[in-house]
Amino acid sequence: MLVYTGKRLVLALLVAFTISVLSFSLLFLAGDPAAAIAGETATDQEIERIRTMFGFDRPIWLQYLEWVGRAIQGDFGRSYYFGMPVTELILSRIPVTLTLAGSAMAFALILGIPMGVIAALYPNSIIDRVALTIAVCGQALPSFWFALMLIVLFGFMIPILPPSGSESWQHFIMPTVVLGYYATPSLMRLTRTGMLEVLSADYIRTARAKGLFPRTVLFKHALRNAVIPVVSVAAVEFGFMLGGSIVIETVFALHGTGYLAWESIRRADFPTVQALILVFSLFYVVLTFVSDLLNAWLDPRIRVA
Amino acid sequence: MSRILEVENLRVDIPLESGTLHAVRDISFHVDKGETLCIVGESGCGKSLTSLALMGLLPTKAIRTANRLTLGGRDLGTLNETQMADIRGSRMAMIFQEPMTSLNPAYTIGNQLAEAMLRHRKVNPNEARERAIYLLEKVGITAAASRLGQYPHQLSGGLRQRVMIAMALMCGPDLILADEPTTALDVTIQAQILHLLANLQKEFEMGLVLITHDLGIVARVAHRVAVMYAGQIVEEGTVEDIFRRPMHPYTQGLLRCIPIPGKTARGAHLGSIPGMVPSLIGDLKGCAFANRCPHAFSDCNTTDVALREASGGQRYRCLLSQEAAEQNAREAATA
Amino acid sequence: MAVTSTTIPTMDAIVGPSPGQRLRKRVFGHRGVMIGGIILLVMVLMAVFAPLLAPHDPYSQNLANRLVPPIWHETGSWTHPLGTDQLGRDYLSRVIYGVRISLFIGISVAFVSAILGSAMGLAAGYFGGRVDLVVTFLITCRLSMPVILVALAVVALIGSSLTVVVSVLGLLLWDRFAVVMRSATMQVRALDYVASARAAGCSNARIVFSEILPNVMNPLIVVATLEIANAVLLEAALSFLGLGVQPPLPSWGLMISEGKDYLLFDPWLITIPGVLLFVLLLAINLLGDGMRDVTAPENRN
Repeated sequence: MLVYTGKRLVLALLVAFTISVLSFSLLFLAGDPAAAIAGETATDQEIERIRTMFGFDRPIWLQYLEWVGRAIQGDFGRSYYFGMPVTELILSRIPVTLTLAGSAMAFALILGIPMGVIAALYPNSIIDRVALTIAVCGQALPSFWFALMLIVLFGFMIPILPPSGSESWQHFIMPTVVLGYYATPSLMRLTRTGMLEVLSADYIRTARAKGLFPRTVLFKHALRNAVIPVVSVAAVEFGFMLGGSIVIETVFALHGTGYLAWESIRRADFPTVQALILVFSLFYVVLTFVSDLLNAWLDPRIRVA
Repeated sequence: MSRILEVENLRVDIPLESGTLHAVRDISFHVDKGETLCIVGESGCGKSLTSLALMGLLPTKAIRTANRLTLGGRDLGTLNETQMADIRGSRMAMIFQEPMTSLNPAYTIGNQLAEAMLRHRKVNPNEARERAIYLLEKVGITAAASRLGQYPHQLSGGLRQRVMIAMALMCGPDLILADEPTTALDVTIQAQILHLLANLQKEFEMGLVLITHDLGIVARVAHRVAVMYAGQIVEEGTVEDIFRRPMHPYTQGLLRCIPIPGKTARGAHLGSIPGMVPSLIGDLKGCAFANRCPHAFSDCNTTDVALREASGGQRYRCLLSQEAAEQNAREAATA
Repeated sequence: MAVTSTTIPTMDAIVGPSPGQRLRKRVFGHRGVMIGGIILLVMVLMAVFAPLLAPHDPYSQNLANRLVPPIWHETGSWTHPLGTDQLGRDYLSRVIYGVRISLFIGISVAFVSAILGSAMGLAAGYFGGRVDLVVTFLITCRLSMPVILVALAVVALIGSSLTVVVSVLGLLLWDRFAVVMRSATMQVRALDYVASARAAGCSNARIVFSEILPNVMNPLIVVATLEIANAVLLEAALSFLGLGVQPPLPSWGLMISEGKDYLLFDPWLITIPGVLLFVLLLAINLLGDGMRDVTAPENRN
């Protein structure tokens, strides 16, 4: 277990390092940041002035080291547009995004796992078919469009939910549904496949041969093994949700990190964009790391090697 | 002697697209207290389905019918799923073929051992634990107490099968069904496990139904033998009768397939039974073995054959008279 | 000996349907493949014959005639069956031309990422060892990067155009190709005929292209189909956020974005392109999922 954790940790750190290089260099490779900041109407002198002011004229590796050195200490510089420390800016927006992604994940799990279990218990039944249809449709539904349709429906036609903003918990209902619905199909399918596979396993027959109650067989013996792969996918989906929050937060004007990303991209606010890419990626790295550990904890074959 | 299990006209039918598969066709047998009945036959003859049918663990598609199906005098045929579950693991337990996959990888041995007892008996976890340790020692596992905390993947196949046996004994059942319990194991381990099963069966005076295709095993542990072919019992009798005087041509054929050290010449061909098992879909006409039988005559293909009793209580499903059958048996033995 | 031709059993009677026939039977018997395939075919025809089908020029504005409702409204007319947008452009024509953009982006992105991802997956699966380690690491890194955020940032910096969107998405969406091709290659590589090819002294390149590649085509096609859907969806999302395809091109995502200011009183502006986008994605997904069922029945569920 310790060796396993150690290996995963080294991998996570390597990935984090690579991502930091990528997220830093991305913006330099993509164009001239000084020109982008100065705007389209700027003269050459103005661009030059900005270049020296922000230190873009120094070698890239030096800039990177400086950036990463400060990033480790939690300092991502100042936002050009918002005029405040990027770290502070992001921290102020994180709660909204985490609330959104967390509730969306809960929504997806609460919907996806039971649907998958029921579909697996009655394969090819009407319930199974309905669940599969929902899954197929869910994968084809563009989230931003689904969001707009919900806004039209529940924000205006039957006005029971606030269409935009992030002041109260009601503001989170529609975004949660939209973001959560997107992850539901894969979780459902995975639960269904896992359950189908596990239910035909020999140890389920053993459990039944012991005369255990059906609920014990189902929940203790079957579900426990079927959810192991679901856990890792749920972690991955959680990471995707953070990315997906850019679209959803923009549509619903939820002032989280996703909305911040969109704002800072539109305003060429480099320090913020760089920091956000790194933060989002690190979040994903941490999530997969945690899910690996969770997996090992759930699966004694990894845990007790 | 008291009857533990009585089975009369057990049928298992599986509806398929191409017709109904009659996997088990009107088989009848019984098991007494302290007795080992071996059910012998080649793959697909319905022997495993028979054991699953007794346990009520058939696949959902399969349909079980029986004129009589009693365990210790209690009618199993009329029980619903919940009542059946009360009996499984408690009065009747099963040991499966695949020790490697028959234990849940997610739980400790101790947990899985205690489970059945906690379900069926009014005991607390400590008592169940004591019983588990006692039985693990009984099945020859050393350091039993420390094994309880281990997971299946940490044990070898032989150990796992011992655990499976201990698990079956947890509630002190009257009857154990063992479906090819040693097939998946190394040859050296096979003998140990068989000995263990036989000894435990004697010690706890249980009925044991041992399903196997290995006649060597049968000779060592069986009291009585039922030979199955194409879903039917074709011959049934004491182990001595079956081996000394096999009446059914199929049994004779099976016995000829075993090499006997010292008797079977080096390089000599072992016997084999030519031909194929008939399809079990739809009704059979005549004797199921007719197409492979060296003694078949025209009536065999048209007349339905009932089990007939030979002297000594041995039963066989063949049109040949006892004298003719005995004559064939002698020829088969010397061939 | 005289054997009349009628007594010779036909080939079919002996071997039964050929693998090809059986595959065809499965394909045509699979509802998902059929429905998805037919819808997709209609969409492709729409894209190819857009100039013939569109009743108006999708770019010609007519401010006097803006926001005409579609035909199912009382005030709709057959001149503009799906009405006009906020600049008075014929909505039906724009929607028809929109298929072109979605399909073009979807297919070209899948093409770029398929080449990148398959190359990596094949290399990792075939050579194993360090190559595999590096590729697996690259996949992990790629998965850690938030696609939409990175795509938005890069497109915003370089300036958005069709080419930029295609290249950026193509460079980002190779992960699934790499993952699937890697495991498929590993499976095929372990088979005997690959070993015998190697024993016969075939070069690596020859083994990869003539022994392995043909045998991993099925999963490749399935992933490619599903990735087209992914790319279409991402393009729509980028365009919706204003950093994808630029006006006046009639991208469905962009149309939804332009229509969202009018969603209260003229909701059809977002409903029509949205429904089409949904139908197109559904068709591609049905086709992809169905092909997976058909080509690998043992991997069903």
